[in-house]
Amino acid sequence: MQIDLRTVSIQPQRNAFDHLVRRFGDKPASRYQEGSYDIQAAENLHYRPTWDPEQQLYDAGITRIVMRDWYALKDPRQFYYSTYTLTRARQQDTTEANFAFVESRGLADRLAPELREAVLRLLVPLRHAAWGANQNNTFICGYGFGTTFTQPCMYHAMDSLGIAQYLSRLGMLLGDVDALDAGKAAWLDGPAWQPLRRYVEDCMVVRDPFELFVAQNAALDGLLYPLVYGRIVDDELSARGASAVAMLTQFMAEWFDETRKWVDAVLKTAAAESDHNREVLQGWMAHWSDRAAAALVPVVELVLGADADEAVAAHIAAFKARIHKTGIPF
Amino acid sequence: MDMKATKKKLGMKERYRILTRDLGWEPGYQSKKAIFPYVEYEGIKVHDWDKWEDPFRLTMDAYWKYQAEKERKFYAIIDAHAQNNGHLNLTDARYLSALKIFLQAISPGEYAAHKGFARIGREFPGVGTQVACQMQAIDEIRHAQTQIHAMSNYNRYYDGFHAFADARDRIWYTSVARSFFDDAMSAGPFEFMIAIGFSFEYVLTNLLFVPFMSGAAYNGDMATVTFGFSAQSDEARHMTLGLECIKFMLEQDPDNLPIVQGWIDKWFWRGFRVLGLVSTMMDYMLPKRVMSWREAWEIYGVENGGALFRDLARYGIRPPKGWDDAEQAIDHMSHQFMLGLYQWSFGTAFHSWIPSDDDMAWLSAKYPDTFDRYYRPRWAHIKKLKAAGTPFKNYGLARLCQCCQLPCVFTEPGDPTLTCHRETVYKGEKYQFCSDGCKDIFEHEPEKYIQAWLPMPALFSELGGDVAAWMDWVSLRDGADNGDYDGSRDQRHFDEWRGLATSNL
Amino acid sequence: MSTVFIALQANEETRPIIDAIEIDNPQAVVNRQPAMVKIDAPGRLVVRRETIEAQLGRAYDLQELQINLITLSGNVDEDEDTLTLSWNE
Repeated sequence: MQIDLRTVSIQPQRNAFDHLVRRFGDKPASRYQEGSYDIQAAENLHYRPTWDPEQQLYDAGITRIVMRDWYALKDPRQFYYSTYTLTRARQQDTTEANFAFVESRGLADRLAPELREAVLRLLVPLRHAAWGANQNNTFICGYGFGTTFTQPCMYHAMDSLGIAQYLSRLGMLLGDVDALDAGKAAWLDGPAWQPLRRYVEDCMVVRDPFELFVAQNAALDGLLYPLVYGRIVDDELSARGASAVAMLTQFMAEWFDETRKWVDAVLKTAAAESDHNREVLQGWMAHWSDRAAAALVPVVELVLGADADEAVAAHIAAFKARIHKTGIPF
Repeated sequence: MDMKATKKKLGMKERYRILTRDLGWEPGYQSKKAIFPYVEYEGIKVHDWDKWEDPFRLTMDAYWKYQAEKERKFYAIIDAHAQNNGHLNLTDARYLSALKIFLQAISPGEYAAHKGFARIGREFPGVGTQVACQMQAIDEIRHAQTQIHAMSNYNRYYDGFHAFADARDRIWYTSVARSFFDDAMSAGPFEFMIAIGFSFEYVLTNLLFVPFMSGAAYNGDMATVTFGFSAQSDEARHMTLGLECIKFMLEQDPDNLPIVQGWIDKWFWRGFRVLGLVSTMMDYMLPKRVMSWREAWEIYGVENGGALFRDLARYGIRPPKGWDDAEQAIDHMSHQFMLGLYQWSFGTAFHSWIPSDDDMAWLSAKYPDTFDRYYRPRWAHIKKLKAAGTPFKNYGLARLCQCCQLPCVFTEPGDPTLTCHRETVYKGEKYQFCSDGCKDIFEHEPEKYIQAWLPMPALFSELGGDVAAWMDWVSLRDGADNGDYDGSRDQRHFDEWRGLATSNL
Repeated sequence: MSTVFIALQANEETRPIIDAIEIDNPQAVVNRQPAMVKIDAPGRLVVRRETIEAQLGRAYDLQELQINLITLSGNVDEDEDTLTLSWNE
């Protein structure tokens, strides 16, 4: 159809949906706003869950954190499905290229055997820990309240699955399927892994979505990622000649840098809401980060040996400083 | 060790097993019961989660890659549609009523499915099942968002879209879809799977998306075609998940059969009632029609549903109990709905209208046994009242079914002249139903359905029957969002703008 | 015999896929509808990677079907080389 220049007189009748005008004023809304705010049913829920009649279908009361408006927990990345997926697809291209580079040049075969063993010993069991992160974030998305808080958790869950799969591929590239079996055996029975496995399993029975957010996304990942992918892979192992491994874990390092900004924003907003929230968060943070640090020491020892305590202590200090900035001194 | 020589070349299935299923483990520090507390109370017995067959073996790398490609295509078309006043390519703005219903009633259902699949993506103890459910969870938020984004531009120019979030929770007809999804979400994980994954996705969504989206293409609505078909490409995975899940339950233990059959009976009928609205969208709301609701039912209901239930017969499954009643209703339901919508159009955030002579000729050709006999005379009467300046309006209280929440406008199976009405008494209270199917569902779980929030009684108990106050409460703008399309702002704007766009006057 | 079907978006990318399906399934019936092509077949329908590659002139991963798939019907069995739809009767 020919649309001529008179289209200027085709006047919009309104700028945005009513609920967005109420929140953000009478102006066009962003796609993040359209896809995130007030899209969870809010009133006149029909039935109580048969799986727990004490709860409502969407129930802000199942966590100890109290928010006047749960939509205040905005994602600074403003991820909705499209921006999330496009971002990850781009990173996936890079990761694929990195795997291809390492594989085609036989870089894995050139690693010294003891170095390769160290890498496998450390990284392969972590695919199970990443699966735990997937479970916990799926839970937060499912039972948490308000889309701005819960949708990034679904993305985070799928990211954790992706990370578990990258770690599995890394294991197969550096070792073989046998390496994955050995890693699983270590996860199940190796003494170094039991505190961490206990931590992950204990998280899986936490049914307060916000506490789980603190335990998994803040405390555990906040220590594990910088220690494993920063201190050990990027620094220690690269120095020992395993920079090829750093290529294979580039996604994890970048992902942590990106996602911690979201985690911090959520914590900051929740803590600023009330003294009550801050106190609850302090309690959770102290409890879970102590446990996470203790669980990570034997894992870090696998590569750093006697230097493990010092490395973990340094990262606890850095973690505390980071969380302090969100208004949660502990 | 020579790595190259020992490395096994993995097939797709084995690779998927390693990259997905092998990630889970038997917990040692917490009991499975504590980790998966909801998996037993429905009575479904599962002996071996490893017997689960993965429908599509997508790993996250492939998921991101293919979904990103779909997203790029989708938003390119949506952007072009907004930039070029794509709304003026519609055959007629009447068509927008179908989209308004979609945004108010169906898109919130996509979101509910997102939450529900996240929950069962955590609650099922099998890794393969969990991952498939999680992918559906993230897909479903995609659908809710792409639909809102596709309709956002229509909202800028036309009435009836602006308050979809308020309508979702408060207006009367959306509670049909809301109660459906709330019902599924309040059920246990296995029933949720049968409700959404099997009955809704496998048996019914083809009816919703495929012919309707083809209709959107036919009516110049590229925005909707794009979100529809793009969503549907995920549905192919979801449908397959639903089918695999039902086969899994039936293969795991013979005791599961009666439970599963009961859910199929229930959720077929619940879904059929929800999709009743689609019959009206197809038969009345598309200015140019691809096929009638009856024809779509023949392809996607009779033929495809029939094939499915013949396939499942090997497990002892029979077609849903309400199947024959549904078949009888097919030639009536779109007409009964549209007549209802027209008489209650004061209270709908979309327009309805009296079908034109051409429309009626089409309807009588498509429904030779029913339209001229039962429905043309009623439209003729309504048309006469309108011509005389006394249009037919019903401000009375529609009697809503306690189960499906539709007004009781349907007729008796076997007698299209008699309105079907059922009631039952539970704990001294009387409850009303539109059909045997809905009454049976209630009687099986009365404690659930007595909790239903019925929107029309709310109008009376909370707002004292004040229609203007009720309109404020549901954010319905009287004289703009509601009423007859003929004479509406939407009609006036569309005609003016199209005139501006296509002529030089 | 029950019908299985697969429906794809009607566009340039799916043209060679539809050609390949027709080659591998002589009994299939191709229905062209607005914006969509629906292919019906009695009982069983097979989509083969190699045939698509021959039509396309490049390597093809069957999972690429996801991009343009609208709907399907039947039990799905997929591996690297084929995607099969079938009903058990």
